[in-house]
Amino acid sequence: MNFDFSEDQKFVQRTAAEYLADHAPLSVCREVLESDQPYAQELWKGAAALGWLGTTIPEQYGGAGLGYLELAVIAEEVGRVLAPIPFGGSVYLATEALILAGSPEQKQRYLPRLAAGEIIGAFALAEGAGQTAADRVATRFDHGTLSGSKVPVLDGGVADFAVVVARGEQGISLALVDLDAEGVSVEPVTCFDPSRPQARLEFAEAPAQQLGEAVDGLALVERVIDGAAVLTAFEQLGGAARAFDITRQYLLERYAFGRPVASFQAIKHRLADLWCEIELARSNCYYGAWALSCGEAELGVAAAVARIAASDVFCKATQEMIQMHGGVGYTWEFDCHLFYRRAKLLAASLGSTSGWKRKLMDRLTQAAA
Amino acid sequence: MDFSDTPEEAAFRVQARTWLETNATPRTTEGSEYESLGERIGEAELAAAKGWQKKKADAGWACLHWPRAFGGRDATPIQTVIWSQEEARFKTPPNIYLIGHGMAGPTLMIHGSAEQQQRWLPRMLSGEEVWCQLFSEPSAGSDLAGLRTSAVRDGDYWVVNGQKIWTTGAQFCDWGILVARHDPGLAKHSGLTYFVVDMRSPGIEIRPITQIDGGQGFNEVFFTDVRIPDSNRIGEVGEGWRVAITTLMNERATVGTLSGDAFGSADLIDLAARLEVDGAPALANAAVREKIASFHVIAKGVELTGRRIVSDLSQGKMPGPEASLMKLLGARLIQDMAAYAMDLQGEAGAMVGVDDAAHQGRWQYRYLAISGFRIAGGTDEVLRNIIAERVLGLPADVRADKGMAFRDIPRGG
Repeated sequence: MNFDFSEDQKFVQRTAAEYLADHAPLSVCREVLESDQPYAQELWKGAAALGWLGTTIPEQYGGAGLGYLELAVIAEEVGRVLAPIPFGGSVYLATEALILAGSPEQKQRYLPRLAAGEIIGAFALAEGAGQTAADRVATRFDHGTLSGSKVPVLDGGVADFAVVVARGEQGISLALVDLDAEGVSVEPVTCFDPSRPQARLEFAEAPAQQLGEAVDGLALVERVIDGAAVLTAFEQLGGAARAFDITRQYLLERYAFGRPVASFQAIKHRLADLWCEIELARSNCYYGAWALSCGEAELGVAAAVARIAASDVFCKATQEMIQMHGGVGYTWEFDCHLFYRRAKLLAASLGSTSGWKRKLMDRLTQAAA
Repeated sequence: MDFSDTPEEAAFRVQARTWLETNATPRTTEGSEYESLGERIGEAELAAAKGWQKKKADAGWACLHWPRAFGGRDATPIQTVIWSQEEARFKTPPNIYLIGHGMAGPTLMIHGSAEQQQRWLPRMLSGEEVWCQLFSEPSAGSDLAGLRTSAVRDGDYWVVNGQKIWTTGAQFCDWGILVARHDPGLAKHSGLTYFVVDMRSPGIEIRPITQIDGGQGFNEVFFTDVRIPDSNRIGEVGEGWRVAITTLMNERATVGTLSGDAFGSADLIDLAARLEVDGAPALANAAVREKIASFHVIAKGVELTGRRIVSDLSQGKMPGPEASLMKLLGARLIQDMAAYAMDLQGEAGAMVGVDDAAHQGRWQYRYLAISGFRIAGGTDEVLRNIIAERVLGLPADVRADKGMAFRDIPRGG
């Protein structure tokens, strides 16, 4: 039994960690946050050059042909440095949807350029405030045209194309639309985490095509979201672990009442509790990665469990980060808010925690019935 | 990522299962029954436990993790886990040997003389003699090194006076491992010496403790002028703390018996399907569902963390103090789930009768018993300190009694 990543996968992770340590200090994230640039273009090129963007893309389409376990460990490192690049929307969602359901022509058209970093994809599901549910979308996809409004769309502002969850005569399906097409408008929105901008996409009879065959679209959408949830959970895990490390280090160095703040039991016990919750989330994330790579039957439950644990712990770790830093944690100058913002952004994208809890119970009780 | 056995592990599992199948009866009901932290062992259970241990010893299935030189099997940690998993599938008597096989035995192997090892280990292994632990005292729990039971040298003997507490199975045990203070003039940790005591010695009085849930697994043990031969001393005079640490570290070797299954939410889902909220099954209620989902995430996380520990063992790595998190989070989870299960039962949540309460009252009993799990074997607070200091490398607590002679340490009421 080996409920852990292999030595090869750990090597992939170390390589990613080393590259990001050099090329993605938190100042890179801050630069995007404080400027108009929507993402760190140099870092994105580096990710492409290292093959990360095509990790799971088959070699025939220019990818590395690796598995989800390799992508999961890269995601953890991407999350650890709060990389301000459209990794989630393009890699976990748009690319995965194409790999899972695209026709050979569609794959040939998009995947090689996705792997090379020449184009960026996005996944459009949400339609404003409230519960995000694939089976309740109003956006229409009929006879090759798309109409409706999608907001917020993570990475929508920088994407070249989008995979859109829409309703047609056959029910829910995924539509593939180029964002420079006629009838498409892309507007920026004001973001809680400007280091990972979202956008509003409006479609007015925009030309679009069905992604792959017209099959059970809802099941496909759920599968894409579950996979992305697992990979995002690794980003959240990486972010939580980094927030924890920074906080721990700060508390060891800062003195109060003549001793390191980290020596007070009120602090020690809270750090111990937080560490336990991060490790617990790690176990749940590993389970999600296992299910995604070789335990498809358990993916529904495993993805929800990983997602909920990782969302909760990243948010909690960043709340504790600010609290334990004291006043400076509340300043723009310190990096705490970069983590605080990212945690909430990732917890919101792909649907809220309460929504995932409903999904988890549906899946648990269905499995039992 | 692979949950399945390696070929070697699979072969060992088959070997273990084959022996168990011809020598024991499979367990029929799944383990959702209530389990107390301590139950009094009667004559019949004692005889059954000794019989089962003898049977295993004769066939070479006793104390797998012990070296062959001491009658064990030199089993790897993962083999010990596999054996525990397989044995758990069968109806077996209560395990009265945890202290002996898991803690006292390994301590004797390291700190005992060849003569002491020869004298005690074989009959410990075969189960003829049962061992208990005499460490905790009424005023020395988390602060174990603050113990006060005294041992005064008298020729070839030591004379012991004082009181021990939380001793499991003291009534039927043959031997006890004892830490006592030989010199209160020394600093706290320096004045301790470690002994093996014959539990039938004159001057030992044993009184059972009735627990919060009515069980009587533990005892108080009183020592009045109990004479222990110096040949029963383990390690040098004044080395008691170091020897005791060996014993306590070996508590972790029993990690193989940890099972995440006990933390599952399936039992709670079953309860919610039987009860009603607003005229519909509680399981259909949105608030109830969200609550159970939250429990499930933690339950699954604890279970999977257990699997990560077993996986480490399989890979030849020893788990560190990280294992503490399973107890810390697992016990709180069970307490929270039991509290919620009682809440779901409405006014009937305050009934415990097998006939009256839902699920035969097991949530109520669980709620009582779990409060002890959060204290036994390291309180939540001690576990947090262990994690903070040994895993996270945070500074040790400031100790008010550091360097003081034991007799000068303030001791309150």
